[in-house]
Order: sequence, then structure tokens, then C-alpha cells
Amino acid sequence: MGIKSPLTQNLMPNKTFFWFFLPTGLAMILFIGLPIISTGIQSFYAQHDQVVKEVKKCDPFGCTVSIVVDNEETTKLREAKPLGKFNGFGTYVDRNHLAIDEIKKFWNETENFGAFVDQVTNLPFYKALIFTLTYCLFVTPNVLLLGFIIALSLNAVARKIRGPLIFGTILPMIVTPLVGSLVLFWMIDSQGIIGANIQNLMNDPYLSLKSSKTLTWITIIIYGIWHHSPFAFVVFYAALQTVPQEPVEAAIIDGASRFQRIKHIVLPHIYPVVTFVALISLMDNFRVFEPIIGFSAEGSAQSLSWLIYDNLVNEEVILFGSAAATSMMTIVGIAILLAPVLIRTWKEFKTAR
Amino acid sequence: MDYGLDKKSTSLKTFNTIFIIVWLLIACFPFIWTFWGSFKVRADFFSRSDWWYAISAFNTLIETGGKFTTDAYTQAWTEGEFWKASKNTIIVTVFVVSISLFLGTLGAYALSRSTEKYAFWILMAALIFRAMPHITLVSGYLFPFFELQIWGILPTTIVVLVAINQPFTLWLLYSFFKTVPKELDESALIDGCSYFQAFRHIIMPVMWPGVITAGLFSLMLAYNDFTVTALLLNQENHTMVPKIQSYLGTNQHEGNLMWAVSAVVSATAPLFMLVMFFQRQVISGLTAGAVKG
Repeated sequence: MGIKSPLTQNLMPNKTFFWFFLPTGLAMILFIGLPIISTGIQSFYAQHDQVVKEVKKCDPFGCTVSIVVDNEETTKLREAKPLGKFNGFGTYVDRNHLAIDEIKKFWNETENFGAFVDQVTNLPFYKALIFTLTYCLFVTPNVLLLGFIIALSLNAVARKIRGPLIFGTILPMIVTPLVGSLVLFWMIDSQGIIGANIQNLMNDPYLSLKSSKTLTWITIIIYGIWHHSPFAFVVFYAALQTVPQEPVEAAIIDGASRFQRIKHIVLPHIYPVVTFVALISLMDNFRVFEPIIGFSAEGSAQSLSWLIYDNLVNEEVILFGSAAATSMMTIVGIAILLAPVLIRTWKEFKTAR
Repeated sequence: MDYGLDKKSTSLKTFNTIFIIVWLLIACFPFIWTFWGSFKVRADFFSRSDWWYAISAFNTLIETGGKFTTDAYTQAWTEGEFWKASKNTIIVTVFVVSISLFLGTLGAYALSRSTEKYAFWILMAALIFRAMPHITLVSGYLFPFFELQIWGILPTTIVVLVAINQPFTLWLLYSFFKTVPKELDESALIDGCSYFQAFRHIIMPVMWPGVITAGLFSLMLAYNDFTVTALLLNQENHTMVPKIQSYLGTNQHEGNLMWAVSAVVSATAPLFMLVMFFQRQVISGLTAGAVKG
């Protein structure tokens, strides 16, 4: 049969698909795929050392030879090889990243394990990694919990007034993290409304956000919960609308308590949505960075993304290699986070076919 | 979920009401407070001596002679060149939204109509791209952009934001296109339409709710972005969010912190109004990807 019916299994021919998909595919390859490769390449290079030369200086008391930086040669070298010198995995293992040598040294020198951990967690990369993980670990479950409670709670009020209530609830999510954290920071700062009142309450005029590392961490985590809960709320709220009524009614007749109904009927029904929210929120929390700037908490809280930002806004010379190495390790972190989900989806896809 | 059978006890109702009120207070009060404070002078909003000054406007009364002042706004918009930043934001947002939607609808339509294996892999790749922290991508851009001398200008940032935004737009529109029955385009194809004609004349007209939702999310991304705009634009071309950050950097200058406060309010107000207007679409967009799962 020569006539090709469009009603076959595959509705869209490959060629048509190609042309439809080309623009967006090109955009993603050029500006997401290539940059990742570019980051990978950059991470193997480090900025040039300054070129030095010996200068002989003579005065009536004799001659001295001193070593000075040859600015002209340095600039020339930088222009000739802008990417820097090849460094292999050098950047990855240096003190600011994985710090292999330092860790070996600490391992041999420190007496007990506690001291060793202390030393290691003071290295910039590990410090940032620990903050990032702590943030994810505390924010994600609390976001799920708070979002679910708000959704249940709003679902119980009269339909007429829900609109404005939902609007109020999603406000923290709409603003950009920088603005959201600033708005909170101005209140809890020692000169702001909440901060000043806490000082009065505790009778400690020096109590402030910046005075303690733990307080800073707690503040940023609370901010994270405040900012992300509305997202969990919206998704859970929508999912609650699809819970079938018959089993719930049957459970009520059978005398199930409210808590039992939620546990045995509502939660199993919205379970896939819970994993979706958990995944999205984990991905977003892993890149935490703007609140650190908003709360000006650089001193006591640094995240992986903040380390990269800090390298990129470096005043003297942008540390491309260092930023790229941290980026690559962040990407590995994301891959580890995503792996279970990808594997599960792949299995589902295979069984579905 | 209004069950006729489900009788709520009075104590539960009371508890629920209190919980909602407390939560709304936590969610909204910071914004109300900042809005209120933006009409005060710095000595009141960031009072060293007494936080009550922010309400009684003690210093504002002394410095300006009124309980409210718009000095922070006028100064930030003129002297602080916030007008320039908002102009840049408008340019970036308009272009990002329109280009994103154009590329996104085409791509998502193709994905939703193909049953080939690669469509699945493309969606998975998009999910991975969606997870990339923006700062890691920026660290990949900076060096090549410096070399090509396209750093610092608006068009570069627009293209980058469009690309970063594509994975999410694709997923969102894909789930919307899936809900449009295939029979619609099939009948158009039998009648002799090309795929593009079917897409343009049959599918797009019924897709407006999805397109509006996707547009809103692109708008929020472009409008709210800090990472890309702060690092890829030069001072002159900064959009609103990096501009706000630059006001913070120079704390010693008396006026600047209040500039930041008024700038935050100026930047947030249009966004809130937009979301109030399009609330239904925002919520359907957030749930589109999730609820079908």
C-alpha cells in the first residue's frame, strides 16, 4: 500500500519531529549542554602564575638582585593562553576543593576522630558541602509536612473565601529568594522589629543573627521552609481535590477517625505527588545560594553554589578553574540525587511499553 | 472535599481557623511590614534605639515633616537609576517570554505527538537540565562569552534565560498538549493540512490556558532571576534584582538601604498584582506536572 495513513501508531514522522523540535533543542544544546562541557574543560585549567624576572639594582653600596613581577610578560601570556595553564586534576585536589593532601595530613596528625572531623569540616569545600546537605535535610521534609498541613487546613474552610487565602499563602513563593530573604532579614536584624524585640525579651543587647553560626543556620533553614512550603501546598492542595469520595465516606461510616482516614486513604492516593514535590524541592534546595547573600551570612554559612559565585566575582582575577571544579562536583552531587528517580522512571517506561 | 457525612467538631474548627490565621500572618506580614516601612526614613525602619519608631514615625516626622515620605522611592528611581533597571527588566522579560513560548510550544507539541523512544529520552534529558544549578551553567558561560565579547549585553542574557527556561516550559506544555485529544489533529491531517497548519490552526486555539500558564512561569523566571543577570550583565544593563543587591553593597551611604527597601517594594508590587490576576493559571501550572503522575 502506497498511501501512508496518519492514523498509524506513530503519529508524527521523524522528519516533522526534527523540524518542530530543532529550535528548542538547539537552544538547550548550545546553552545548557555546551556550557556543561565548557565547565568541564575549564576545570582542568588554572590561571597563569605571574611571570617573574630578576632585576639587578645597583647603587653606590653595591648591587642587589631582586625578583619582581613582569607585568608585561604576564599580560602577554594571559592574552596568548586565556584559558590558563593545564592543571589536570590539580584544581580538584587542591586545598579549596577536595583537599586530599590536607586530609591525609589531618588523619596522621590528629589524635582522635572528633578532632579529625573538626579539621576537615573547616576546609572550604567540605564546609560548604555540609551546609548544603544540612539545609536540604532540614528544609525538604519540613516543607512537605508544612505544605501538607496547610493544604488539609485550607481544604476544610468554606470554598468562598479560599481564593484570597490561597493568594496569601503563595506570596512567599512568588518573590525571588533574594527579595524574600531580604524582607525577612530586615525584620530579624538587630535593628528590625523582631530582632529588637528578641533582644529585649532575652535582655541581651548583643544578641544578633551574625553573632552565632547556629542562629544563622537556623534562620536560613527557617527562611527555606517559609519560601518553599507554598509550592508543596499548591501541589498537595490540587491533589486533594482528586481524592475519590466514596472510600472516604465508607471509612466515616465504618467509624474511622480523621487521622486514620488521612493515613489510609488520602496519603496513599497522593503518594506519587509527594515524591514529585520531594524531588523538585530537593533539587531546588541543593542550589541554595541567594539567601546567603540576602541574609549577608557569608561569614558563617557557605553553600556549594555560593562558593562558585564567590570565585566568579573575585576582584583581582576571576577564578574560572576553581569555579568550574566546584561546579563539576556540584553536578556530580545532583546526579547522585537524581539517580534513583531516573532509574525508577526508566523501569516504569520499560514495563509500560 | 466537602463531605456531607464529615462532621467537624467545634474545637477542630477553631483550631483550624487559628492555624490558618497564624500561617497567613507568617506568610504575608513580612511583605506588609516592608511596604509600611518603605515610607519611613532609615532611622525609623532600622531603628537603633526603639523599634516602635517604625510605627510612630518619630524620625520621619523630624526629617521630613510628615508621617510618611516617598523620598526613598524618588531617590532610588532617579538618583539610584532604578528606572533604568526596570526598563531592562521589561525588555528582558518581554523577549524571554515570547521567545520561550514560541520555541516551547513547537517542541512540546512534537514531543506530545511522537511515540518514538527518543521523545522519552529528550524529556529525561530536559529533567536533568532542569536540575542543573544555574550558577554552574554561568561558570560555563563566562569564559566563552568574554572571549567572544558578547558578555554584558542584554541579548546574550535573553538567549541564556530562554534556554535555561526551556526544560520547564517543555515539561509544562507537554503535559498540557497531552490533554488535547489526538483525534483533533488527525482529522485535520486527513483533511490535507500539514503538521504546521494543524498545529497553528487547530491545536493552538484550544491551548491558550496552557500557553498563559507557561508564559507566566517564564515571566517569573526572567523577572526574578538573580544568578544569570548579576553575572552576565554589566553595571549599565543590570535588571532590577541585581540592582537591589548593588544598593546593599554600599551600606555606609545613608540613603542606600532605604533605596533597597523601596526598590524591593517597587519590584514586588507588579508581580503580586499579576499573580492575583492570574492565580488560577499559576496553580494549574504547578499541578499540571504533578497530578497526572
